[in-house]
Amino acid sequence: MSFLVLDKLTKAYGDLNAVSDVSLSVEKGEFVSLLGPSGCGKTTTLQMIAGFIDVTRGRISLDGKDITNVRPNKRGLGVVFQSYALFPHMTVAQNVGFGLEMRGIGKAECAERIRETLALVRLDALAARYPRELSGGQRQRVAIARALVIKPPVLLLDEPMSNLDAKLREEMQFELRGIQRKVGTTTVMVTHDQSEALSISDRVVVMEAGRVTQVDSPYRAYERPENRFVSQFIGKANMLAGKVTEARHNEVHVDLGHDLTGIACIEAGTVWREGDTVTLCIRPEKLHLCAVGTGRLPATVTSRFFLGSQWLYRVDTAIGEVLVCSQNEGTEPVAEGAMVGIDWHRDAVRVLQEVSHG
Amino acid sequence: MASTIDSTGPDDSGALKNDRAPWHAFVPPWLMSLPAFILFAVLVLTPLAMTVVLTFYRFDPASGPIAAFQFGNYVEVLTDSYYQTIFARTFGIAILTTLLCVAIGAPEAYVLYRMRDPWRSMFLLVILAPLLVSVVVRAFGWSMLLNTGGIVNQFFGLFGMGPYKLEYTTFAIVIALVHVMLPFMVIPVWTSLQKLDPQVENAALSLMASPSTTLRRIVLPQIAPGILSGSLMVFGLSASAFAIPGLLGGRRLKVAATAVYDEFLGSLNWPLGATIAILLLIANLVIMITYYRVLERRYSRSLG
Amino acid sequence: MRKNGLVALSFHTLVILFVLAPLVIIVLVAFTPDQTLTLPTHGFSLRWFRAILDYPDFISAFFNSIRLAFASATLSLALALPAALAIGRERFPGREFLNGLFLSPLVIPSLVLGIAFLRFFAMIGATGSFTWLVAAHMIIITPFVMRLVLASVSGMDRSIEHAAQSLGADRWTAFRRITLPMILPGITGGWLLAFINSFDELTMSIFVTSPQTITLPVRMYMYATESIDPMMASVSALVIFVTAGAMIVLDRVYGLNRILIGSH
Repeated sequence: MSFLVLDKLTKAYGDLNAVSDVSLSVEKGEFVSLLGPSGCGKTTTLQMIAGFIDVTRGRISLDGKDITNVRPNKRGLGVVFQSYALFPHMTVAQNVGFGLEMRGIGKAECAERIRETLALVRLDALAARYPRELSGGQRQRVAIARALVIKPPVLLLDEPMSNLDAKLREEMQFELRGIQRKVGTTTVMVTHDQSEALSISDRVVVMEAGRVTQVDSPYRAYERPENRFVSQFIGKANMLAGKVTEARHNEVHVDLGHDLTGIACIEAGTVWREGDTVTLCIRPEKLHLCAVGTGRLPATVTSRFFLGSQWLYRVDTAIGEVLVCSQNEGTEPVAEGAMVGIDWHRDAVRVLQEVSHG
Repeated sequence: MASTIDSTGPDDSGALKNDRAPWHAFVPPWLMSLPAFILFAVLVLTPLAMTVVLTFYRFDPASGPIAAFQFGNYVEVLTDSYYQTIFARTFGIAILTTLLCVAIGAPEAYVLYRMRDPWRSMFLLVILAPLLVSVVVRAFGWSMLLNTGGIVNQFFGLFGMGPYKLEYTTFAIVIALVHVMLPFMVIPVWTSLQKLDPQVENAALSLMASPSTTLRRIVLPQIAPGILSGSLMVFGLSASAFAIPGLLGGRRLKVAATAVYDEFLGSLNWPLGATIAILLLIANLVIMITYYRVLERRYSRSLG
Repeated sequence: MRKNGLVALSFHTLVILFVLAPLVIIVLVAFTPDQTLTLPTHGFSLRWFRAILDYPDFISAFFNSIRLAFASATLSLALALPAALAIGRERFPGREFLNGLFLSPLVIPSLVLGIAFLRFFAMIGATGSFTWLVAAHMIIITPFVMRLVLASVSGMDRSIEHAAQSLGADRWTAFRRITLPMILPGITGGWLLAFINSFDELTMSIFVTSPQTITLPVRMYMYATESIDPMMASVSALVIFVTAGAMIVLDRVYGLNRILIGSH
């Protein structure tokens, strides 16, 4: 049975719905990310789970018990706030020990658990410091320690990395995942950074305008985006519009204009008819440049950008501008203005549902 | 193509050539501060120094202050029971006023902090605006409210109580002082509250602290410097208050400020009056220094 | 942050009533038709406002106060503005000292300043001089001007002035066309706050005014210690109205809450 269940959660402010009918089942020990742009309702959803925002409609259950109307100070969840919200007038140790104190845990056990948890986040040497005296990354770890020491049933993280600089962010992502795996706490994280969500989550919940658009493992969400929004929010995508000319059980043929027919794989069970207008999606890294005259589509390179591990090319084709991403293998990149051919593997083309929410 | 930027290389004399600068660039900041400085040097430093000197003079009822260097005035003020009572009353009133201001002002600031606009701005204005009305007016308002025929007694009369003689009592002075000093407590506590991260209260709740525990263990310690600052201000102002004790204390309840007035414009014993005033100033300074020490020691590491 | 509960709001209501009571009472009693201090329960009357006209001392005291406030606020601004600009924008030795000096009247009880001025004026034969009274008021109100102008000046983004210079404006033009308009609210607000504080000033003034230079608050205090009749209420009501008017202007120019909080 699922450990944390959100059942048609809705939050309305007057006529406006910040969150509409969000349903989600999280398994025990799972790491789930709520991913989406600003204003998509992910933070509001998290705040409803934590109890700081009242639910308009819907239910939240934890381990079978309905906690929808339980006060936030009775839910016992671990929360890491975006600003970390450390108690400035208390030391690191006092901050971490506060939740234990509220639960009436004895001094000796408190001290032991604080020591243990600080070691887990590698902050043992700084127990007597005040938050003011710590760096951003250290403060974040105190916030995590404070939420974990109470051994909560669920850990809630509200954009925990957004205040860290890029390099530190990457390190902390892996460290957070490592800690979570070690401790095994069910975790829900809110983030707008898709690479963060993809790299450390078991499942990704993509949200747009208050609704859940797609729930999948990171790989499937990336490789099989269900609609235009998801395919553009997660990673880069080339969109090609066209009409269906032939529909078979495992693929469709789409007329993209200029005598080009794209063949795309479709999911089992989806049905397309001749004459339907569809959008094909193909990721830049699935395209590769080859010699002019070869490949499926002739193109001219208009500009190129060096991204370190990759080269990003913008190429002009008969059906519009297309992005192509190539691994940097140390060989000479293609020059701007060069005429080339583009090729791709047939399975790399996907059909998107035309309608996206919102 | 001629450069539009003046060169700043060295000229023949080796000095750096500046780009075209008006008169204002050559006026050093001290020159700009000079007029104000002169005013203050003449009218603050000098008169204060002269007043301190005056405290050492002798006073002859026939001819007035006589230049001298003696501590007689200090001895009289510090040992005569008349003046001791006055100082005791002054500081007693000041302490009571401060405590009441903390008890009323700090919670009120917190209530305002939790309000939403437009109420919040409106009520903040209501509480702070009386600062701009002359203290005479406010003191008079209270004397009207509190005198025997006044509104408060009429209110008690409705319940068959009183009338109580409230005018010319310490009670009246303290009430009116609390009224006048309240904004001075609300402002620093309000400022402290503004610096709080609202998520911190939520963090405490998520860790299972009850709302009252959160208030006591999380909010209160963070606004303590504000309360301290407000207390300092209220105490200092209450101890040197003049108009309110003057109008509401009557002839018999003297405080330090009204005693100074009596000496200066009544008995014309300026040296004695100056002594009382200087002692009041010293008390103010001592309190201020203590405040900064306390702040330094307890809060600089945690709250900055 | 949770909302206020019933207990909190009841407490708050009592506090607000407490704060407004004396002012409301004054305004009400000012309109009483009776001889004594009563509420105008049976009819409003302007008799006590008209009675003020029979007391030329009050009228001349009022004008004294206005002239005094106007002069001291303006002169104070004239002296404090360059000083605030220097202190707020440059680093130079003695900066901290000057800042402390100009704000010092806030920590010196006005009682002490009053007798110090009295002593000083007696020594230099300036007793009863209006000019020296203006100077005395300037001392008391400079901290208000200073604080507000300093806040405006240091709150300003210097790079805006640099942007103007990079576009060809010389330093004086950049100051006049860019900086000055941006700190104007602080300047105007400072002037208004100084004006109000000078107008209200009692404790220092009572030692330094003479029968010719007596100000309204001092006149009122003297009157109140001798007799209490509704005319005191009507004069007070007028003071409240004038102050309220000044507050409205102050709010338009700078924002009343900002000033009251920022100036202390």
